[in-house]
Amino acid sequence: MSEQYVLETRNLVKEFKGFVAVDDVNLQIRQGDIHALIGPNGAGKTTVFNLLTKFLPPSRGQILYKGEDITALKSAAIARKGIVRSFQISAVFPHMTALENIRVALQTFENTSYSFWKSGNSLHKLNQRCMELLDEVGLAGFANTTTVELAYGRKRALELATTLAMEPEILLLDEPTQGMGSEDVDRVVELVRKAAKGRTVLMVEHNLSVVSKLCDRITVLAQGAVLTEGDYATVSADPAVREVYMGSDGSGERGVAAEDNQTVEAAQ
Amino acid sequence: MNQPIKSTDIHQSILDDQKSQDRRKMMINGVLLLVLLAAPLAIYPVFLMKILCFSLFAVAFNLLFGFTGLLSFGHAAFLAAGGYTTGYLLSNYSGLGTEMGIIAGTLVATGLGLAFALLSIRRQGIYFAMVTLALAQLVFFFFVQSEFTGGEDGMHGIPRGELFGLVSLEDNLNMYYFVLAVFIACYLLVQRVVGSPFGQVLKAIKQNEPRAVSLGYNVDRYKILAFVLSAALAGLAGSMKSVVFQLASLNDAHWHMSGEVILMTLVGGMGTLLGPVVGATFVVNVEYQLSQGPLRDWVDPILGAIFVLTVLAFRSGIVGEIQKFMRRNLS
Ligand SMILES: Nc1ncnc2c1ncn2[C@@H]1O[C@H](COP(=O)(O)OP(=O)(O)OP(=O)(O)O)[C@@H](O)[C@H]1O
Ligand SMILES: [Mg+2]
Repeated sequence: MSEQYVLETRNLVKEFKGFVAVDDVNLQIRQGDIHALIGPNGAGKTTVFNLLTKFLPPSRGQILYKGEDITALKSAAIARKGIVRSFQISAVFPHMTALENIRVALQTFENTSYSFWKSGNSLHKLNQRCMELLDEVGLAGFANTTTVELAYGRKRALELATTLAMEPEILLLDEPTQGMGSEDVDRVVELVRKAAKGRTVLMVEHNLSVVSKLCDRITVLAQGAVLTEGDYATVSADPAVREVYMGSDGSGERGVAAEDNQTVEAAQ
Repeated sequence: MNQPIKSTDIHQSILDDQKSQDRRKMMINGVLLLVLLAAPLAIYPVFLMKILCFSLFAVAFNLLFGFTGLLSFGHAAFLAAGGYTTGYLLSNYSGLGTEMGIIAGTLVATGLGLAFALLSIRRQGIYFAMVTLALAQLVFFFFVQSEFTGGEDGMHGIPRGELFGLVSLEDNLNMYYFVLAVFIACYLLVQRVVGSPFGQVLKAIKQNEPRAVSLGYNVDRYKILAFVLSAALAGLAGSMKSVVFQLASLNDAHWHMSGEVILMTLVGGMGTLLGPVVGATFVVNVEYQLSQGPLRDWVDPILGAIFVLTVLAFRSGIVGEIQKFMRRNLS
């Protein structure tokens, strides 16, 4: 039975006007794993995230969370169940302070969010927890800074802290290291490793060095379909994967097997 | 060696910051209150009431536009629904206190706002504006065709009556202080809403809706509540206006009026509390001054030019630009 899988998809399909972006995908995410979803540009990785969190309705197929069918739930309900996503482009509230960004996430579980007559001071009791979360990602000193003024790496750290404020059971991270310098990448790797304690993580990641360092299991997507699945050694040795990444003539210099710390990434 | 900054200290400084901000807000409100209390000494009360009614209308609109990020092009419908309802009731039921007529007008606008919201809230951006415009046009044609509105002639001679059966509103000063009291109450309410836990969620939705969804917020419900609050206050503005001028006409329902409130809000500064008030005061004054002089046929083109200039060069509006200037020169 599916008890050991915390998140599963069954024959998941997404069609856009005849174009099949996600093609009969069966994902099985084990409890506690850091699971990578990789594949070339346009493979359908972000679309899978959008289906899992119902930002897009699936054309066909099922999504199961701890064995329960959640295919019909709405985005907000899925987030409240503990499946919380981040976005490929940095997703913050730009004109709120770092602290307020996190507080919005904590506020989800307060029952005062429709209370338009209540003073904003009633939210101050959440500030302590906000400061703890900011501290964890090294942003305590920026608590009162308007987010738009933060450097890119810090914005992504804030985004992660905001996601963690939801106490998610499953963390969906869409390219958390995209567009970062190597120093920031190392920081994010550490943050994800820390965040993954006691949680399950599904992450899209182009940087294979990050994948090899962090991930227990890898699913390779190509043209919407699952190409192969396994641990890093298995996947990187698979000729079909090399084919997809290198092109059929084998002349591409950015192969999976070429170097472990290569970034298989084309123009975004 | 660097002393590590303690997070409790940072937190304390944030709270202090907020307190000093609150204090500044209180001071501005206090000065404004004194000015408004004394204003009838220098300015004709009916003109002041016109400014206050339009200010309330713009404040209501800005709750949705400036603080939630939804551009409604149909707010005239709520202004008119409030005005016609109140006008009809006060004209036909002489026993009714003026306050009851105003409350009824506000309630009708609130209900209409809920209907608009349910039909439009799923649409994004320009489509949302178009749906609200289309619905408001339906309401406009309903008012044109209805007997009770007086059609093209409008509804005249609405009695101002008495407040709580005690104070005669026929007297302009009494009427003015009543309008002022309602305006202040609504202004403070909006200030409260914007700062409330609900207001925080609106802010988040405005700045990044997908992120708000991913944090578990059912954003449609928040938008609907914001829309209904905004429609209610717009209806209240219409009700007050019909009592002040003893008149309710198709002008209030026309899409021109929906455009005008957008203009007022943008010129004054969207997303600021004071902006719509400043914008309404500005527009009402410009209209009045122009209509007195040789440029009387040029009112619309001139307002249009002001609109274009604001959008192109002063996007933050009068209040927004002042705030920016202060921030730049204080830090
Ligand atoms: N809303 C949409 N409407 C139509 N087509 C879409 C939509 N979203 C995605 N697609 C298409 O589906 C395919 C998969 O896109 P997706 O964004 O999931 O790829 P990805 O694997 O995340 O790629 P990348 O590595 O570039 O982020 C692409 O061809 C894309 O153009
Ligand atoms: Mg993607």
